[in-house]
Amino acid sequence: MTPTEVAPAKPAARWQNARIVDIVERTPHIKSFFLALPEPFVFRPGQHVDVRLTAPDGYRAMRSYSIASAPSPGAAIEIAIDLLKTGEVSPFFHEVAAIGDEIELRGPLGGHFVWSPGDASPVLLLGGGSGLVPLMSMARANQQAATPSPMALLLSARTWSEALYRDELIGFAERNNGFAVRFALTRANPQRSHDYARRVDAEMLRDVIALLPAAPQIVFVCGSNAFANGAADAALAAGIPRDRIRTERYGG
Amino acid sequence: MGRKRIVIRVCLRLRQEFAQSHHAALLTAALLLVSGVPSARALECTIMVTRGFTGRGAAGGNDGRVPPGQHLVDDFPVLSAGPTPHIATDQWSFTLKVGPKPIKRWNWDEFNALPQTQLTRDIHCVTTWSKLDTRWEGVLIDDVLSAAGLDAPTDFTLAHSFDGYSTNVPTKDLLAGRAMVALRYNGEPIEADHGGPARLLVPHLYFWKSAKWLNGLQFTDRDTAGFWELRGYHMYGDPWREQRYDTD
Repeated sequence: MTPTEVAPAKPAARWQNARIVDIVERTPHIKSFFLALPEPFVFRPGQHVDVRLTAPDGYRAMRSYSIASAPSPGAAIEIAIDLLKTGEVSPFFHEVAAIGDEIELRGPLGGHFVWSPGDASPVLLLGGGSGLVPLMSMARANQQAATPSPMALLLSARTWSEALYRDELIGFAERNNGFAVRFALTRANPQRSHDYARRVDAEMLRDVIALLPAAPQIVFVCGSNAFANGAADAALAAGIPRDRIRTERYGG
Repeated sequence: MGRKRIVIRVCLRLRQEFAQSHHAALLTAALLLVSGVPSARALECTIMVTRGFTGRGAAGGNDGRVPPGQHLVDDFPVLSAGPTPHIATDQWSFTLKVGPKPIKRWNWDEFNALPQTQLTRDIHCVTTWSKLDTRWEGVLIDDVLSAAGLDAPTDFTLAHSFDGYSTNVPTKDLLAGRAMVALRYNGEPIEADHGGPARLLVPHLYFWKSAKWLNGLQFTDRDTAGFWELRGYHMYGDPWREQRYDTD
């Protein structure tokens, strides 16, 4: 203990051995892993878990993964992992991990990139590739609410088949409860007339914002640094105040 | 009962050493010698091995420069909580405060006229990437204080940024050549994504302590949580002790 440490304000996020109970291929590059927790925790949409893998020689690798599922008491949590060929953790999950395996994790972690039903709305969600994952937890939680908040989601993906949770998102929009989704495909033509075949820009954001009943009170942006910079700058250019824009960038 | 308790205590100590040494076989053997328990129990006690995971191997060849739970990267990942601010150097200023009271303020040219120092350091981000031998140039906090005629006014410091970000660091961790206001990276002006025009550099702590878009230091009597510290991250953030979150 150093003098600068503070007394824990809440129980520690303890390491536990979660069990993989299901694996679902979501896109050609992204698989979902459903993890049952021996010590269940309450999390907020947008939070993440740290996952720790240990080799027989004691070498350890740790990574953070956002939770994709909505909070649901006792249910397995879902994380969705993008395969990075040169990585050491995502290839393990994609090529080695199997149902029944135990994975060490702790959580929930993170207290900035979070939104729960009843928080500020309308909500604008801007996701790039697997950056959709924490936004998906928010969208799913919102759909489970008695009265969903108005929410619009713009997902940038290379192609139609690489648009994560595509059909589930379209299904949300078909419920006519205030949820709208648009896709921005960067390497393919859109399948729906109101989607886009270019990177996110301010003009596109103005279209998407117009799907909401009022100006967004909060904007969540998640993806690569290039995507987050482009989308956050486009949101500023579309007139959204800086202090309403929260970003999460993955890297490393 | 008594023996079980001793075994557990030995296990805990060995686990801690194990995390740093990677000598699994040796430690397991030592544990067996001390405890005399069957090997299955001893293994279960020392560590949970992930089935089928081999990794890239322990961070050999780096002379123990990679802290536990970290991995090396060659690129320079960017992490920040909001849109990237773009601050022109003619709009830039740096203010030193003691408590609420401003003591001294520099504009860009004045600050660049202060003594410049080069530091080549390893950096460690709490999101688990580490980068070795990063080259920075700027003004040591020792030299900032000298220029203001100050001598470590209080035990704690809050670093402040143009975007409203803040982070806390004990004042002693900023002194004796351990920290600087960095103005250049790899011989070039620091890019906006990486915190330019000026960022704090406290390389021996997790990198969120090295505040981007720095616009001042405030000396405080009490250790006051900054942006991430208020959101569950550690008040000190020593990568060698894996002080990632407030309960670590």
